[in-house]
Amino acid sequence: MSAGTEKIDVTVTDIVKLNDLVTRFKFERSDGGQLPTFSGGAHTVVEMQDDGITRLNPYSLMSDPMDQSAYTISVRRDDEGRGGSLFMHNRVKTGDRMVISYPVNLFSLDLRARKHLMIAGGIGITPFLAQIKQLDRLSGRFELHYACRSAALGSYVDELTANHPNAVHVYYDDQKQAIDLQRLLTGQPLGTHVYVCGPKGMIEWVRKTSAALGWPEEAVHYEEFLAPQSGKPFQVRLAKSGITVDVGEHESLLEAIERAGIDAPYLCRGGACGQCETDVIESDGTFVHRDHWLEDEDRASGCKIMPCVSRFEGRTLVLDR
Amino acid sequence: MSTFRFPPSITSRPVYGTLAPRPGKAHLMIADAEGAEALLDLAAADPELFANAHVIFIPKGTGDRFTEPLKAANPSILHVGPSYAASVPRIRRVLSDAHMGLQVYLAGTEGLMGQAMNEATAAGIPHSAIQTEHRGSVARRMQCVHCKGITEDVMTDPFVCAHCGLTLFVRDHYSRRHAAFQGVCIDAEDPGNIPDPVELYS
Ligand code: FES
Repeated sequence: MSAGTEKIDVTVTDIVKLNDLVTRFKFERSDGGQLPTFSGGAHTVVEMQDDGITRLNPYSLMSDPMDQSAYTISVRRDDEGRGGSLFMHNRVKTGDRMVISYPVNLFSLDLRARKHLMIAGGIGITPFLAQIKQLDRLSGRFELHYACRSAALGSYVDELTANHPNAVHVYYDDQKQAIDLQRLLTGQPLGTHVYVCGPKGMIEWVRKTSAALGWPEEAVHYEEFLAPQSGKPFQVRLAKSGITVDVGEHESLLEAIERAGIDAPYLCRGGACGQCETDVIESDGTFVHRDHWLEDEDRASGCKIMPCVSRFEGRTLVLDR
Repeated sequence: MSTFRFPPSITSRPVYGTLAPRPGKAHLMIADAEGAEALLDLAAADPELFANAHVIFIPKGTGDRFTEPLKAANPSILHVGPSYAASVPRIRRVLSDAHMGLQVYLAGTEGLMGQAMNEATAAGIPHSAIQTEHRGSVARRMQCVHCKGITEDVMTDPFVCAHCGLTLFVRDHYSRRHAAFQGVCIDAEDPGNIPDPVELYS
């Protein structure tokens, strides 16, 4: 079961369009009570009722982790995506009731660090907004390097540079500004941890560069939510439940299992946490593994699948669910 | 050969590996006694490493047998010190001046590795990122759980606490914070009933 995903009924109390791509949403508890505190880097899974389809998308919480009156998230419109962000942008109105999960943190600060070095790309800025508020309280030492496409698309740049003029460095792609990663990583004092959130390429770049410079992997933290991708429809048999489910072109395996009324485990729904790992009992076909979780041996064995992002192409798939 | 294979034990007991060259801009190597051999193996595996290595070596009864070979490995700095305690200020200074990417290699006795590990983790290096290799004596650094005094280089079980005089049983229960194994009074229930001391791992 959706461990750690206890639900909260909320009301959308504010919607702010930040720029062409990003809109901010504010949620307050519908019963007027207080929300749980969280730690910087946590996300919530937002449930969307989209014409009979239930979408569950994770979004990083960007508000002050100690503020129990409201949560805020920022959603980047993805015109090519499967529709979750478009639903948020086009259909959600102030006053709407929604259901969100308790916060879950897969990208927390390591508070043993002497210094926190944050690297953000685009909408990857959101978890850092909460982490910076958390560090403000703890007087933690941090430095943020934030790359955005252009000034017009630089969400929260003004707020960040006004509040932390010495700790925030912004780079605009359209002005050919780029993070000098090699130099940045070379000059960090012992005990620094680096955190990166942004596009896949950026995460790879930071992980590779830091490893080559001798950074221990325990000091390198990253978060990338994969959105499930569409693919060919396929059929899956759930052995324990004794049912067969059709997985549609635009839904994930996990969503199809849930649609059939089966309570399957999940946390991140983005291939990162490992919670949804499911044993394969039988298969005849090819797996389309897209997660960041399984080891290569697991993949080669054909005995495991992460239903939140991975798919299957072929004749038979039987899962231990 | 100065290696010893420790039998499997409780999870609290540290396990040591084999030093291997890792990428990094700077390398801090701390060894005592036969630990020097592990550093020399490292130098043989990757001579380049030593160009940016600061080696702190405590001969601890091995005389100057390892001094020349270590010099010959051509480390950027070689410091041969009289005792671990005397080298602590140097270790702290090196760590406080260091940047991320520093690699730490510890070799020799458990007492040396444990204490140097504490300095490195206190400076912000995750303990799992510090390499260790046991060489030489299996003597232990023991903490008396009763008086909290530390007895260095314990070779027998049981042994007499150098601080309070109780006879202590040598446990595999280890404290990373104290860099010491725990010693517990062996005759608490039946005073005077003390087994003959046996050499560790004999
Ligand atoms: S739900 Fe986290 S990996 Fe699938």
